[in-house]
Amino acid sequence: MKSATTGGAGTAVPAPPSPAKGKRKSVTGTRKGLAVAFLLPALVLLGALVVYPIGFSVYRSFLDQSGDNFAGFDNYVEIFTEDTIRTAIKNNLIWVVVAPTVATALGLIFAVLTERVRWGTAFKLIVFMPMAISMLASGIIFRLVYEQAPERGIANAVAVGVHDTFSESAGYPKARPLPVHPLKAGDAKGSFVTKQPVTAGTPALIPLVGVPPDKMPSDAEPAKTAGNGGGEITGTAWLDFTKGGGGKPNVVDSKELGLGGLRIEAVKDGKVVASATAASDGTFTLPASADGAVLQLPESNFKEPYNGVDWLGPSLVTPAIIGSYLWMWAGFAMVLIGAGLASMPRELLEAARVDGANEWNVFRRITVPLLAPVLAVVMVTLMINVLKIFDLVLIIAPGSSQDDANVLALQLYRSSFGTDANVGVGSAIAVFLLLLVIPVMLFNIRRMQKENRR
Amino acid sequence: MAAVVVGAVVLTGCGGGSDDKEDGGGESKKPAATVELPKLDGEKIQVAAVWTGPEQANFTKVLDEFEKRTGATVTFVPAQDPIVNFLGTKIAGGSPPDVAMLPQVGAITQAVEKKWAKPAGAEAKAQLAKNYSKGWQDLGAVDGEQYGVYYKAANKSLVWYNNTAFENAGAAEPKTWKDFLTTADTISASGVTPVSVGGADGWTLTDWFENIYLSQAGPDKYDQLAKHEIKWTDPSVATALTTLAELWGKPALIAGGADGALQTEFPASVTQTFTGGDTPKAGMVFAADFAGVNVTEAGAKVGTDAKVFPFPAVGADSPVVTGGDAAVALTDSKGAQALLTFLASTDAAQIQAEAGGFISPNKALDGKAYPNDVQRDIAKALIDAGDDFRFDMSDQMPQSFGGTPGKGEWKALQDFLKNPKDVKGAQQQLESDAAKAFKS
Repeated sequence: MKSATTGGAGTAVPAPPSPAKGKRKSVTGTRKGLAVAFLLPALVLLGALVVYPIGFSVYRSFLDQSGDNFAGFDNYVEIFTEDTIRTAIKNNLIWVVVAPTVATALGLIFAVLTERVRWGTAFKLIVFMPMAISMLASGIIFRLVYEQAPERGIANAVAVGVHDTFSESAGYPKARPLPVHPLKAGDAKGSFVTKQPVTAGTPALIPLVGVPPDKMPSDAEPAKTAGNGGGEITGTAWLDFTKGGGGKPNVVDSKELGLGGLRIEAVKDGKVVASATAASDGTFTLPASADGAVLQLPESNFKEPYNGVDWLGPSLVTPAIIGSYLWMWAGFAMVLIGAGLASMPRELLEAARVDGANEWNVFRRITVPLLAPVLAVVMVTLMINVLKIFDLVLIIAPGSSQDDANVLALQLYRSSFGTDANVGVGSAIAVFLLLLVIPVMLFNIRRMQKENRR
Repeated sequence: MAAVVVGAVVLTGCGGGSDDKEDGGGESKKPAATVELPKLDGEKIQVAAVWTGPEQANFTKVLDEFEKRTGATVTFVPAQDPIVNFLGTKIAGGSPPDVAMLPQVGAITQAVEKKWAKPAGAEAKAQLAKNYSKGWQDLGAVDGEQYGVYYKAANKSLVWYNNTAFENAGAAEPKTWKDFLTTADTISASGVTPVSVGGADGWTLTDWFENIYLSQAGPDKYDQLAKHEIKWTDPSVATALTTLAELWGKPALIAGGADGALQTEFPASVTQTFTGGDTPKAGMVFAADFAGVNVTEAGAKVGTDAKVFPFPAVGADSPVVTGGDAAVALTDSKGAQALLTFLASTDAAQIQAEAGGFISPNKALDGKAYPNDVQRDIAKALIDAGDDFRFDMSDQMPQSFGGTPGKGEWKALQDFLKNPKDVKGAQQQLESDAAKAFKS
């Protein structure tokens, strides 16, 4: 490459002797030799850095893993038969359809709206700012945003906050009886019932375990054994667990706390006949009518706290990553569309408004059609950009769902690097990606030519 | 500086390399040199390793000492996992680091096959023979030629537990798998989720499987499975997976349930076990010795807040699964060999052992060097295992099966964690992926 470049310069320098041939021509003249001489450096660079790698990739994609043997179309067959690669193709399709469209739509909305607000420039600046962050950094940011634990991931912090505003979590999540306890799982999901019906005069025992210390009410008192209550049903609901061990199951030990606030229902023939709430020392009393009933602890006592959305789980991981992509690129779309808006002839809008069109109609029938070329540019640029999406997926998707979030560029990397990598398959994926980009590029070139002719 | 070097030479001259116990006596305060190093003023040496954070900082202390003794300049080159890819690009670019720390047995073999690795020199071999058991020496050899110097060992058969959580629940350190499950239930009854699993990283899951398999099916089957001489559809694998499902199949016993575990990376799985006072997110975490660094970062004190018990015996004996980083020379420079020699010496091991979070396979290293009982016990268990330990299975297998995120064994076990009922399906997935990886 180096020698070729200097060769190019070399032919350019000896140009002056040519007048000796008597054919003196101006610099703007169409002498082929000179044109070639000037083009040569660019051609050599393009050839070495673009054409040759593409050609070699195509050639390599027909060889097997070692690179020594011709493999025909085996690598291409593998692309379309292996599950992980097919997921990658499917995800790429989702990306190409969703990401550019939504980014352009958001950009359009932002651009049109910021034109009308006073602090438009400041707003634009903020929306555009993520563009200044590298893909890698924003990947790390969003890996944290989508963290599962609400105290670490902001997305789930919001989800849990909103959810808990509307439905409060119950008093004793995860509380449950041990197998030795006189309780078993009830018919209703998440509830527990006593194994035996209760009788008046014999205090009922409702022992539970598994309540974290910080979930115990602050006013919890040591549990008391209930008296036999003269005809009424009595009992104790308590945490049958002694800190540090040593407590006996089914016995109200001195240090064990009552489960105040626990709701207890007496059920006869499938109907709730009475209900009570345990006092802070765990004791409760039910009317005599509950004699012979089975005691039930309804699920509302144990409802698990809402843990937020499984953002990075297999089903949501691709939309979640697309979300982070939009965060970065909506600003880009906005700025381009904003520039298009600024150069739009105002008279048309004014005329439409004078004719009585409302703002929505002006937007839909005047602004959008006039902006169509800009929108197309933005879409196509984003499409090309999205086809090669790689870093966001690599960083945001945790190892366990990387397969579900897979895209072609990531698969290319996974196939071609590694100790037992198959560069043949990697090259085949690269060629396939190239084929996908070509129509978009052709469209772009056509459009540019048309614009030039205008 | 010259005085230090001379001093080193003189001291070594006295020791004569015949016995390092004598030198050990003087090692308690200031490390005396037990190794002779050439003078390398002006030489530049590059060391590539994937270590970060405190691990890297502690290793740098060792490199500083080497610089002091030889006069060479050593640069630490941070590499990315998988390091073999990283080295591949460096070597293709014509500037290989002089020494690389390779974390897998398979990586050494590959480095030799690709003719990257240079054999260890006579001085390094002398240090190895003096300080290392045969098992550890052989791990660094390919076809009888010594290439790697196992500088750092990992004991991957440990369970770290939160002492407060255990005391609150009145639980004791379990010895067998059955006890382990009972302990888990006891801790669960106290209101703390017992087990933390860092399932977002596939390798933590392969370690679970390997420990159970090594203890249950025995070392011979372990070796066969590692070489794919028996298939993953073997009944012994089914038994091991079923055993594993006794824990994984109970979401109440796993912090965050299976879904939560699958999004918990290894460091977080340790941190969440040792933060939160009386109500940590989990009571114990199965993690190798190097988790000590994460424990300290979580603000817990190793030995009092955080304690360790060996992985419970599923079969007759508790398993000892190890890992480790081997230093391999990639250039023929004198500096590279000198550094290998130094890393094989007790001096280097001593410096990093004192800094913590480090276990040396060097049997000559005095146990006093370790900063606390926990580290000392871990190291002792490892040295005591003699040659009966087994190297991490997934590290011995082709990388596309045993060492790639979202692929092969990592992915198959993650799927199994999600759905522990499907033992057959997991086996088939493992076998089909393994067959593909071993064929190529």
